[in-house]
Amino acid sequence: MNNIWGFTISSARVIDYDKNDRSFAQYMTDTVPSSQLCIGCGGCTATCTAGALTDFNIRKLQMLVKRGENREAGEQMHKCMLCGKCLLVCPRGVDTRRMIFAMLKYIDNQKL
Amino acid sequence: MNPMNVIIIGAGTAGCEAAYRLAKAGFTVELVEKECTPGGNLNNWFQLFPDRKQASALRQLLQQQVEHPSIRLHTDTVPVKIERQDARHYAMELDNGARLEGNALLVTTGFRTFDASRKEEYGYGIYENVITSVELENYFANRQILTSTGKRPERIGLIQCVGSRDEKMCNFHCSKVCCITAVKQAMELRELLPDAEILCFYMDMRMFGPGYEEMYREAQEKYNIKFVRGRLSEASENQAKQVVVKCEDTLVGKPMRMTLDLMVLMVGMEASDGSRWVAKELQLPLAPNGFIQPGDPHYATNRTAVEGVFVAGCATSPMNLTDTLTDARSAALAIGEFLNGNEHYN
Ligand code: SF4
Ligand code: SF4
Ligand code: SF4
Repeated sequence: MNNIWGFTISSARVIDYDKNDRSFAQYMTDTVPSSQLCIGCGGCTATCTAGALTDFNIRKLQMLVKRGENREAGEQMHKCMLCGKCLLVCPRGVDTRRMIFAMLKYIDNQKL
Repeated sequence: MNPMNVIIIGAGTAGCEAAYRLAKAGFTVELVEKECTPGGNLNNWFQLFPDRKQASALRQLLQQQVEHPSIRLHTDTVPVKIERQDARHYAMELDNGARLEGNALLVTTGFRTFDASRKEEYGYGIYENVITSVELENYFANRQILTSTGKRPERIGLIQCVGSRDEKMCNFHCSKVCCITAVKQAMELRELLPDAEILCFYMDMRMFGPGYEEMYREAQEKYNIKFVRGRLSEASENQAKQVVVKCEDTLVGKPMRMTLDLMVLMVGMEASDGSRWVAKELQLPLAPNGFIQPGDPHYATNRTAVEGVFVAGCATSPMNLTDTLTDARSAALAIGEFLNGNEHYN
């Protein structure tokens, strides 16, 4: 957007669930069914190696995908080091590492 | 000697169960009910959690129990006056002219569901496709879910904490059973609508009972129910008569907007009008949430501040059916001890 007036209109921050493309979310459910079990407790984020050093938040990331906020998720994804610590703490048995693999694969294919 | 007599106000789950237990223990019971059949709020329910038992099965059992020869059921009537002569003598006048006498009084006046139209920003009674959890039970009984325009809904939202945990509605308390009711109803919806998207909007998932958390998990895993943590701020209606809702997805940290074909409000519990009336008539203290205050939260859960007047079930606080039945039996025991003069806790 050209910025001759010295200000820009920021894009809306609101999640537009009707318009968002949720095929990524569907792919995640289909390939890693345990991802449906997340209760958003944040245990994974608390232990996350990448999250200790960057603003990477694995709990939030999968929520973004579930709501179809794919672009934002795509921007973050590569920060994960695939160490698998998150998998060890999850109280709901979410296969977080497989979920992350699946997300990376999808992003690769879609060039998100 | 004539057997001693207990007057019970309200023939819902608690009233019926307590009446039967007292009758079996050798007392006679006068059971007063404002509707024409016993059962109370149970009569509005289709299936029960956590085992998905038909509500009618429990209802029939309770109705059979109150046919016990020592129980006199007075339906379609309410008390208009209660006189407490002393702790062991009560006289009650009913609006049909009858006069009952008893040696103890049990208040089982239950709850009323929150009037959803008070929460105006959700549009109940204004938007066509906003219904309550009680109405949804009715849809289940008819095995058909259609929108007001005759469509099969493709996206349904169940909104938790409607009229509960909401200072603006003057209700601070949690109604305890609506979380699990939402999970149960979401699963029932899935069975009728295999392709629909079903979402629950919650602040906390309070899965307190045995098997509840497991049911929540099953709803996520096997029924593909989606859960969004965030309280609905408002709803509006579009031209297609769909409901457009706004909330924050607090696990993402962003506001969210979406269109629903059908919105179900999980209405909470409030003290019933009957409870309020009885409390006033007998000067029973109320808890801050408006329910009748029991004598002690541990040792005297079925007693009130007035000796000889007992209370059970949702007249004291929101309860599920399991706890209501247990509480009714406990009240029967407490009344038995009181009338036989062998009370354990004084
Ligand atoms: S696998 Fe990725 S998300 Fe999980 S703890 Fe390691 S870095 Fe964090
Ligand atoms: S630890 Fe498991 S349940 Fe908790 S937020 Fe992470 S994936 Fe979800
Ligand atoms: S049981 Fe759940 S839905 Fe009902 S008031 Fe409590 S937290 Fe809200």
